[in-house]
Amino acid sequence: MRLVLVGTSYQRAPVELRELLAYDRELRRGALERLGGGSTEAAVLSTCNRTEVYAVGAEPGELEERIYGELAGLSGLSHSELAPALYTVGDEAAAVHLFRVAAGLDSMVPGEAQILGQVREAYEAARESDTTGPTLHRLFRQALRVGKRVRTETAIGENPASVSSAAAELAERVFENLAGRRILLLGAGKTADLTAANLISRGVGEIVVANRSPERAEALARRFGGRAVGLDGVEAELVHADVVVASTSSQGFVLSAGQVARAMKERRGRPVFFIDIAVPRDVDPAVIELEGCYLYDIDDLERVVAESVAGRREEAVRAEAIVSEEADAFRAWQLSLDVVPAISSLRARAERIRREELERAQGRLGTLSPSQRRAVEALTSQIVAKLLHQPTVRMKEAAAAADGVLYADAVRHLFGLGEDADQARKPRQ
Amino acid sequence: MRPGRLVRWAIWGVRIGWLAQTALLVAQAASADGFPWGSWAASLNLFVWMCVGVYLIWGCRAPFRLLGLVVMPLAAVLLALAWAAGGVGEQARTDFGDAFLAFHVGLILAAFAGFTLAAALAALYLWQDRRLKHRVPGVLRLRSPSLQTLDGLTVRAVAFALPALTVGAGIGLARLREEGASFDAIMGLTVLTWVVYAAFLVLRWEAGWRGRRTAYLALAGFLLVVLVRVVLTPFVHF
Repeated sequence: MRLVLVGTSYQRAPVELRELLAYDRELRRGALERLGGGSTEAAVLSTCNRTEVYAVGAEPGELEERIYGELAGLSGLSHSELAPALYTVGDEAAAVHLFRVAAGLDSMVPGEAQILGQVREAYEAARESDTTGPTLHRLFRQALRVGKRVRTETAIGENPASVSSAAAELAERVFENLAGRRILLLGAGKTADLTAANLISRGVGEIVVANRSPERAEALARRFGGRAVGLDGVEAELVHADVVVASTSSQGFVLSAGQVARAMKERRGRPVFFIDIAVPRDVDPAVIELEGCYLYDIDDLERVVAESVAGRREEAVRAEAIVSEEADAFRAWQLSLDVVPAISSLRARAERIRREELERAQGRLGTLSPSQRRAVEALTSQIVAKLLHQPTVRMKEAAAAADGVLYADAVRHLFGLGEDADQARKPRQ
Repeated sequence: MRPGRLVRWAIWGVRIGWLAQTALLVAQAASADGFPWGSWAASLNLFVWMCVGVYLIWGCRAPFRLLGLVVMPLAAVLLALAWAAGGVGEQARTDFGDAFLAFHVGLILAAFAGFTLAAALAALYLWQDRRLKHRVPGVLRLRSPSLQTLDGLTVRAVAFALPALTVGAGIGLARLREEGASFDAIMGLTVLTWVVYAAFLVLRWEAGWRGRRTAYLALAGFLLVVLVRVVLTPFVHF
């Protein structure tokens, strides 16, 4: 059985093509029904950045064609139109690819966390559709393990990758957490909206929106369950705010150092964190000189994000080592599959011989009590198990060293395992 | 993220070292005739044990590991001093009563251990504050506690240590009066230390001081602790 992966991602296809190749829940179920079944295993991973079909079957060429057909049917594009955007990889390379995807190493932002949930979702969908078999079970479970290992053993997912999350994390370096904190939003534009949403997701207590246009301030305040004030009320609000997010389109400073200094006197030393994402800036840079004031403008935040992403890239090297280790384990498991049929046949044969010999000795054993009979059963089973233990271990070791097929053939030949099967088939023929 | 191998070894090294030191102190207590940590060097050994013990309460938790960079080198130097002065060996009996020494030395050392922790927290606060103020791009790459947490813990450490110092020094002064002995420089500096930390708490709770100002005050108090504990005590008090 061979593993095949056909797919595309943001690295190969523009968004226009990716949206044609995106599967929703229903479409994915249909695709799994068409691709899977019988001895063929299939799973579909579909996110906004990638669509990948994993399949396992006896004929990789045929599988590949079926997947191409499936993707062509979904997108409405011809084979030749799709081909440049698709990549096809098999067996170990396909496993390594999925492990890297689950680890977030193939993502736009290294280490992003969402992808692990999406890999789990792809696996669950395949299980629900009953299109997973031993290979995909093993592959996806191991991929999920790789994802978890990479996130616990490296710092790849620890630092923020966007300006809004960097702002929120910086605020958390001043305050223990943002739960119950008061946020003052200066400006009611899209940027303020995004940053506020990030802060709210961290549990901020109250939101106050100050804007030149009272209607827009009201609308934004309503959205976040806060209250609106005019720009003339900012100084009074500053006395109570913990985090100030400034993003107005004003040409001058909305908050002067003098205003902030006056508010700080009333705050009795309580710190305040300013996030100034407006261009031109809203907060006088001299504010940074005041005790208890922390000020980050858009350039500062972008530098923090760039440094974080660079840190993630450094951690990616450690993550690649984990992927490589897990890929070796998967390869060893795959190779062991070569000897599994031979081991099963050998064990079945030995068990059959044991039973036949016990039946043959039935007459001589007739006088045994039930407990003595159980003891004989256990004794013979133990002898068989002990005899077969060493060859089984050796065959698995040989499989890991890629000699598994040779050993399996030798075992079949020495014990006449193929002949057994032939003899068993003869009467039916 | 789980800490790396080196960090895990370091954490276990501190824990095992502290347990070994605990065993040493137990052995000293078992073999001594009276209170075993009455000498300067032996009390320094006990002081290091207390400092590391207090550090272990917080230090092994991820955001506080950086504290180890302040506390552990200091502990190592003080332990080496205690060892060089014979404080880790068998201790001789002193002329003072066991109960008096246990309370006086024990409480003052516990207070000084608390002030040491407060100083380490204050140093970490100033470092973190500086990085945030200067908008260091890599500010988020090193895990450290928030300023609010560091500030709060510094106050708690001082609030725990000051009563211990008050009672410990009070017992010593009462004894001094009883014996009719003279007031030495150590006692004067200890009273000054008490004044600095008392001012710390009053300014914090009554005048709303916090942040850098209280951090500097905690460090100033700690300078007095170093002066009392390491510089003057071996020459003046024992």
